[in-house]
Amino acid sequence: MTLSTTDTTWYPVASSTDLPLRHVFHGQLLGRELAIWRADDGNVNVWENRCLHRGVRLSIGINEGGELKCQYHGWRYANRSAGCTYIPAHPADAPARRITNTTYPAVEAFGLVWSANNGAAEFAPFDGSASAEWLALRPMPINATTEDVLKALEGYAVTAEKGILGVATVTERLPGLAVKVTVELKEGHRSIVFFVQPVDSNRCVVRGLLDHTFPDINAQLRSHNEGLVQLRDRLERLAEKKPIPEPLTPSFEKVSVELSTMPEITIGSALTLRAMVKRKWATATGITAFELTALDGNHLPTFQPGAHIDVHLPNGLSRQYSITNGPGELLSYTIGVKRDLASKGGSEVLIDTVREGDVLAISEPRNNFPLRRDTIRTVLIAGGIGITPILSMARFLAKSNLPYELHYIVRSEDQIAFRDQIDALGANVTLHIGLPRAAIAETITKTLGAHSFAQHVYICGPGSLLETVRTTAADLGWPDEAVHYEYFRNDRVIDDSSAFEVELARSAMTLHIPSGKTVLEVMREAGLQVSSSCEQGACGTCLTGVMEGTPDHQDVYLNASEKRANNCMMTCVSRSLTPRLVLDI
Amino acid sequence: MTTPSPIDAVTRDLWQVIAAVDETPVGVVSTTLLLDQRLAFSRDSDGSPVVWLRTTEEHGDEIDLATVTVRLPVISGYGYIWTSFGNPPDHLFPIPEYAEPDRVNMSCGSIGVGSSAPRIVENFLDMGHFPYVHTDILGAEPHTEVKEYDVEVSEERDEVLATRCRFFQPRAALSATEGIEVEYIYRVPHPFCSVLYKSCPEDVTRQDVIAIFLQPMTAETTRAHLLQSMIDSTSTITDLRRFQQTIFGQDKPILENQYPKRLPLDPRAETPIRADKSAIAYRRWLSQKGITYGTIPMAS
Repeated sequence: MTLSTTDTTWYPVASSTDLPLRHVFHGQLLGRELAIWRADDGNVNVWENRCLHRGVRLSIGINEGGELKCQYHGWRYANRSAGCTYIPAHPADAPARRITNTTYPAVEAFGLVWSANNGAAEFAPFDGSASAEWLALRPMPINATTEDVLKALEGYAVTAEKGILGVATVTERLPGLAVKVTVELKEGHRSIVFFVQPVDSNRCVVRGLLDHTFPDINAQLRSHNEGLVQLRDRLERLAEKKPIPEPLTPSFEKVSVELSTMPEITIGSALTLRAMVKRKWATATGITAFELTALDGNHLPTFQPGAHIDVHLPNGLSRQYSITNGPGELLSYTIGVKRDLASKGGSEVLIDTVREGDVLAISEPRNNFPLRRDTIRTVLIAGGIGITPILSMARFLAKSNLPYELHYIVRSEDQIAFRDQIDALGANVTLHIGLPRAAIAETITKTLGAHSFAQHVYICGPGSLLETVRTTAADLGWPDEAVHYEYFRNDRVIDDSSAFEVELARSAMTLHIPSGKTVLEVMREAGLQVSSSCEQGACGTCLTGVMEGTPDHQDVYLNASEKRANNCMMTCVSRSLTPRLVLDI
Repeated sequence: MTTPSPIDAVTRDLWQVIAAVDETPVGVVSTTLLLDQRLAFSRDSDGSPVVWLRTTEEHGDEIDLATVTVRLPVISGYGYIWTSFGNPPDHLFPIPEYAEPDRVNMSCGSIGVGSSAPRIVENFLDMGHFPYVHTDILGAEPHTEVKEYDVEVSEERDEVLATRCRFFQPRAALSATEGIEVEYIYRVPHPFCSVLYKSCPEDVTRQDVIAIFLQPMTAETTRAHLLQSMIDSTSTITDLRRFQQTIFGQDKPILENQYPKRLPLDPRAETPIRADKSAIAYRRWLSQKGITYGTIPMAS
């Protein structure tokens, strides 16, 4: 029997007790090392034991509860998706590329953690598993081949009888390198099932499951322990006399070309996915919360604190909503929607017509509001519905024990959204309820204080609050790069006075853009079909690659570094700083 | 147990470090492993090193070096003995600072590491790990940013050069309350050696020099030889050595948990970020040179 590194059988790879709180367990299956860890939500992750950055074992990493942090450079990977959420060497950037470690399927059953190569069929419990409750024996690692271990297990009950185990009546091979021993006792038949975990060509772990209704269970455990130790010693003595088989050499999957090239700043086109409204509830007066899950019950894509999704509404509009989740929470996204009479019918449609069970098209998360985690002090300021990205940030900082303070400004107590989550943050939160407008600036001044090294403030809320914080911070000597905010609406006056040429590279067409007209409008007049949505430089629908020339961005969709890269723009508001632009259309 | 890796032509012709001169006793056999070959070496009565392929000699045997007729090329430099299996150049790569009269030059020990020489060079070039691996010495969380720096491969000197490297050190001196930004220059003048220049606390116009010379024993096991050339009139040599050994002792467990152990030269093997510019240049440079020892070359 030869082991194959591409075998897709499910094997046990750890005991549940190997995964105590915040531990990372080093496992191995078919020659491939595994990092196995349990997140605080109970989910067991089985990942390739290698950080994609520089190949350091993740089993020496730090389990932060919702994310696993690599020892070498502190890269963080999310529970469930293994997607990278933060790269400390570049604290101001959101990791735009989809850096994701290799994950393997994982199921916890009978006190064991089971895994398999990708492409395995769904986990099926062994035959007869439903007939009893099972107790996992202490695992027994053995330096011998799988074949020899299986053979020895088939004779196990006979050689290790010694009066305690009873008389083996049947020993049978089960599929998936397992041996079931049925024992006859005066109380009736009882079973022990031994699974052989093929670690490498010359190493296995025997993982036994004992029917927990065996009488005198402690004596049973002791004698199996002894029996397996004897079995191991005998097998290892025999193995020493045999030639050592070549170790298995699993291949490492290559990273994508996108990840391997030196990171130019790229703006990935956000994929659209479908999500179901699992829960819809009023979280505060005027604010409705929606919890969105994947249709197949799988996890959703990795997000970073501050990220938002575009929600495509039944009426054809799309709107941006921040994700409020904490680290590693990928089974659903929770967003908050404020009824906004002034909007063009975005929030109204969601609140009034979308019900639980409905399916919405959403974009992958995008992050224009990245959270630095290289600060001595982080001040988070939320006004009203602006709590949504701020809440996510606070939950990430709290989980990593980083210092922060959250100031939440609301008109009245009933307007506090996500109250449970806010309360869970404890003393880090200061609620400012019903502050008169005049007192806001004073409160902000007191809160911020003078700027010093590595202090950052994040603001989300109404335009007036944003302006107050910005001017106050500037007066107190806070530099621009320490003040972070995000726009979902482009309130700036677009300067459309320039006139320039646009060459459409793929359409082989040159257009003149006169002042007063947008690139989008002129392209449409020329008969081109181009998609757009908000037409104010906020949603990113009309994002277009720039091949030559320097765009005059004017949008609020791209973040500062994306703008500096000058390799794309919004045709609805962006213009040109050079006489000619070449677009990838 | 493992089969020796083939030695590529470039590696064969390089000078390879094997030991510190002043730790090599006169008239007594020392033994080591270089590129999977067993070596014996010693120093003759005037102190000059002699290196030959080891046969039956044991470490510690007394030896009359006149009887050693088949010798490998040898050169002394920067306090170390270097040899070669091929046709080495006339000189070692230059570290001009070493000759400055007021510097304290010292070897800081030779440490075995279960990793390839190129992996160790790459770690030496890396600043991003300071807060995580050299916590409270070369960096500390939360100050983790690697600022933009410049990298070039100097055609004329055939070396990788990273300049304008800066990293925030929270307490560079005991008296400091606010952190300072330390400046580094990194050179890779030899596929298995690197030299760094670091702002000198004692004299702002000059730089301390720290070098790492790697002895590839096999493709996946290495001895790291450390050199310091410092402007420091107060610290004792013991303190300075201890400092370097502490730093390297922190790197060692990380390096030994890195897989694969040989440095992959295929850009798609791992995921670089902007902070890894120097590592990318180094991998490319090794690839262009055709270094296969200690690397996983690009599949052609």
